[in-house]
Amino acid sequence: MDLIVEILIAFFLVVSGVFGLVGSFGMIKLRDTLQRLHAPTKATTLGVGGVLIASMLYFLVIKGSFSFHELLITLFLFLTAPITANFIAKTFMQAHTRDEDLPPTGREYGWSLYDDPPNQTDY
Amino acid sequence: MLNRLFPHPLMTFTLTAVWLGLVNKVTPGNLLLGVILGIIVPIVTSVYWPNRPRLRRPLMVAEYGLVVLWDIIVANIQVAAIILFKRNADIHSRWINVPLDLTSPEAITALAGTITMTPGTVSTMLASDGRSILVHCLHTDDPDGVRDDIKTRYEARLKEIFQ
Repeated sequence: MDLIVEILIAFFLVVSGVFGLVGSFGMIKLRDTLQRLHAPTKATTLGVGGVLIASMLYFLVIKGSFSFHELLITLFLFLTAPITANFIAKTFMQAHTRDEDLPPTGREYGWSLYDDPPNQTDY
Repeated sequence: MLNRLFPHPLMTFTLTAVWLGLVNKVTPGNLLLGVILGIIVPIVTSVYWPNRPRLRRPLMVAEYGLVVLWDIIVANIQVAAIILFKRNADIHSRWINVPLDLTSPEAITALAGTITMTPGTVSTMLASDGRSILVHCLHTDDPDGVRDDIKTRYEARLKEIFQ
């Protein structure tokens, strides 16, 4: 029983290590900032997730106590990662992307970085 | 009266649960402290929460979570394969304009977060009137397919949950 769980824990640790490595490799390999943004937000999610599952299994089966911390780390990670990515993307686009590079919205108002919002009274 | 004591019942519950998770031990004392925090924090911050999002179908949230979780796993493998096995010249990154049917800010935030966490897509910004979202796709030869995927898989579910 313990052996099976230990194999599982080792498996999750290896999986997370591989994905963490691939995510970091992507940072070097991909060409521009927006492409590089994809590597850490994706590949690393599973990297961290694997470590957290392994840690939960370890505490649950080997130590015999349930730990909520991993669930909270997952929750906070899912709340913060998209916001960080969004900030980085916007800051990059502010300096390097022009309105013409983007697809049109197809409506009267353009993308928020280049176009003013409708007046509040319009609502 | 009850409304003033619990301006945001869902937040009270969430804060209590998070507190219990943080201390990692469910004892009556911790539960009491968690409930006290869960009552005080929403009262103090209630001015900053003018609108309460209403969850029409709470059970759908669980289904949505599972769908997203599955997609994140698939996404990771796909993105890892693109990073490892595609030459840079073969990676076709594109901008995609996804028109939104969602109107509530909470639902749009949830959708934007989901897009960022799943297969090779990052949501970068909204249109200034908030009616469409700009998505950067790491690699695709079928931008319309990606757009339809986002709309049917995520937006349709969020619409049922929030509206």
